[in-house]
Amino acid sequence: MDTSTLAIEVNGISKSYGTVKALDHVSLEVQRGEIFGLIGPDGAGKTSLFKILVTLLNADEGNAKVDGLEVAADYRKVRSRVGYMPGKFSLYPDLTIEENMEFFATLFGVTVEQNYDLVAPIYKQIEPFKKRRAGRLSGGMKQKLALSCALIHKPSVLFLDEPTTGVDAVSRSEFWDMLHNLREQGLSILVSTPYMDEASRCDRIALCNTGRILDIDSPQHMVEKFDGKLYAIKARDMYGLLKDLRDNSSIANCYTAGEYHHLLASADFDAQAIEHHLAELGHEDLEIKPIAPDIEDVFIKLLSNEQ
Amino acid sequence: MSTLKVLLKKEVLQFKRNLFLPKLVVVFPIMIMLIIPWVTTMDVRHVNVSVVDNDHSQLSQRIINKINASEYLTLHSVTGSFDLSFNSLEHGDVDAILEIPQDFEKGFVTGSTKKLSISANSVNATKGSLGLQYLAQTLATSIKEMRASHSPTQAGDLVVIQNRYNPTLEYRNFMIPALLVMLLIIVTGFLPALNFVGEKEIGTIEQINVTPVNRFTFTLAKLIVYWVAGFLVITIGMLVAWLVYGLTPVGNILAIYTISMLFILVISGFGLIASNLSSTMQQAVFFMFFFVMVFILMSGLLTPIESMPQWAQYFTYILPPRYFISTIRAVYLKGATFYDMRYNYYALAAFAVVMNLGASLTYRKQS
Repeated sequence: MDTSTLAIEVNGISKSYGTVKALDHVSLEVQRGEIFGLIGPDGAGKTSLFKILVTLLNADEGNAKVDGLEVAADYRKVRSRVGYMPGKFSLYPDLTIEENMEFFATLFGVTVEQNYDLVAPIYKQIEPFKKRRAGRLSGGMKQKLALSCALIHKPSVLFLDEPTTGVDAVSRSEFWDMLHNLREQGLSILVSTPYMDEASRCDRIALCNTGRILDIDSPQHMVEKFDGKLYAIKARDMYGLLKDLRDNSSIANCYTAGEYHHLLASADFDAQAIEHHLAELGHEDLEIKPIAPDIEDVFIKLLSNEQ
Repeated sequence: MSTLKVLLKKEVLQFKRNLFLPKLVVVFPIMIMLIIPWVTTMDVRHVNVSVVDNDHSQLSQRIINKINASEYLTLHSVTGSFDLSFNSLEHGDVDAILEIPQDFEKGFVTGSTKKLSISANSVNATKGSLGLQYLAQTLATSIKEMRASHSPTQAGDLVVIQNRYNPTLEYRNFMIPALLVMLLIIVTGFLPALNFVGEKEIGTIEQINVTPVNRFTFTLAKLIVYWVAGFLVITIGMLVAWLVYGLTPVGNILAIYTISMLFILVISGFGLIASNLSSTMQQAVFFMFFFVMVFILMSGLLTPIESMPQWAQYFTYILPPRYFISTIRAVYLKGATFYDMRYNYYALAAFAVVMNLGASLTYRKQS
């Protein structure tokens, strides 16, 4: 594949903080015009990878290219081609919306008017409050301002580190709609999130944990690949149920998942036998049903395969 | 709009919108200059003296009157026994006890060797030793006058003392130039350091670091604001010194501004190093504090360098404020010219280069 068609190319990147290995030989490729999701819990190394790709951090090992440019060698050029929205709100709280926008535009050598079309769908939502200081905005508005500032110089690759953390469900959904809009305009987007349910909004995802990538694929394909039978089960005493299921040898894995427990069947699993066995143990209101896996189930399965 | 211009605009906006900084720059120098010169004084006044008069003679009466008339000494009591006076000393009401022995005047006339004794409370060493000196001086004058009345042919004082450059021997005049130095350390050293670390703490520096903005321009924009603030502070300080204490520089005011500018460059560079090496405000403050303590206590700000042990005097050569303090005092009080103090100017210029070089070497956009 011609490298110029890749928005991001990561080859065997490693990074340690003292004895803690934040990234362990991570490799991935992001196509142009793709929304690529890094999905993983806290401590998976998502932020470290972002910082390396936007030239804020030097990797110990490996190399990476963004928009065809080496991040280590061509860091100056890379900076003007990427838009970065850190996990923590990091615009000037004592400057107004308007002043922040103008400030970052000028630093990149552009004007707000020049790239207004690109930011307009997002910026228009906060424009009525443009005289308000950034520190006094609500969480959702801060997020929109941060995205506008990251877009103002028309970057070719957008890096969004946990953009939806701490944002309400409606705003989160709106935010993903905005990202899809941006993709239509040709932007490549690398986005990280600890929320498994947001994975389905990405074109492709990488599931990662403790500095390693477990799998890379499209969310649909990842779910389809899931080999194994999955059941949802509930009873009146959920905690006792979990303990009893974990003692059972015909169950590969059992974990809590909201209202139900999910259980992954082993080869010799028999749903009726289990139900009977549990009733004997005194569980009441038992309900067991086969279900289709979601990304979270995939993640947990990959994790238990690793261990 | 150029990058520097937009960065400057941002710094000025932030400075103005800060609830505390604009007030600090104006109110702080006024407060310091109004209060500190009055309260930090090495001049010892009102030394309370208790006299144990066992003589009850003309001479002892003369001594008591002399003490009573002195502006440095206050007559607390005249008692008949040392124990009584010592009791007051132990209570802290009395700083020194003068005991006049029996037949002192008689012995004085006949030439025998009756001695006066002085006991002073020297917990506060300065007050104790100065109080003793004042008391001894007063006694000497009384005795001299007594002698003069016995043999009128004797001439008056043989020694004439003149205090050049600080004729009233006011500690205040020694302090005021030093206070200007202290103000600059805080406004142009501490504030930029805190500003930089502040950007690290709230994370804005990350957003800046992914822009193509040059680190030199970014730093310069911040420093310009504090340099201007520094000049404002020193101007306010000098105005207060003139309006309130009537102290104006004997030397050229430009010489003061020039040395101040060099010092501002040094101390703001030092603040930058502190902020580069710290990741939180707390760290930066303690880093600065450690050095500023040494600067203030060892650079001749409060106590003269000449009274330090020899090794410490050598050590002061590596402290930038030393050059600033001695120059500003010399220009203010003695009217020294740039040429007289040129080595101090050169030294500070060299420090400015070193500090700012250090600041740019410790600055990293990447980690």
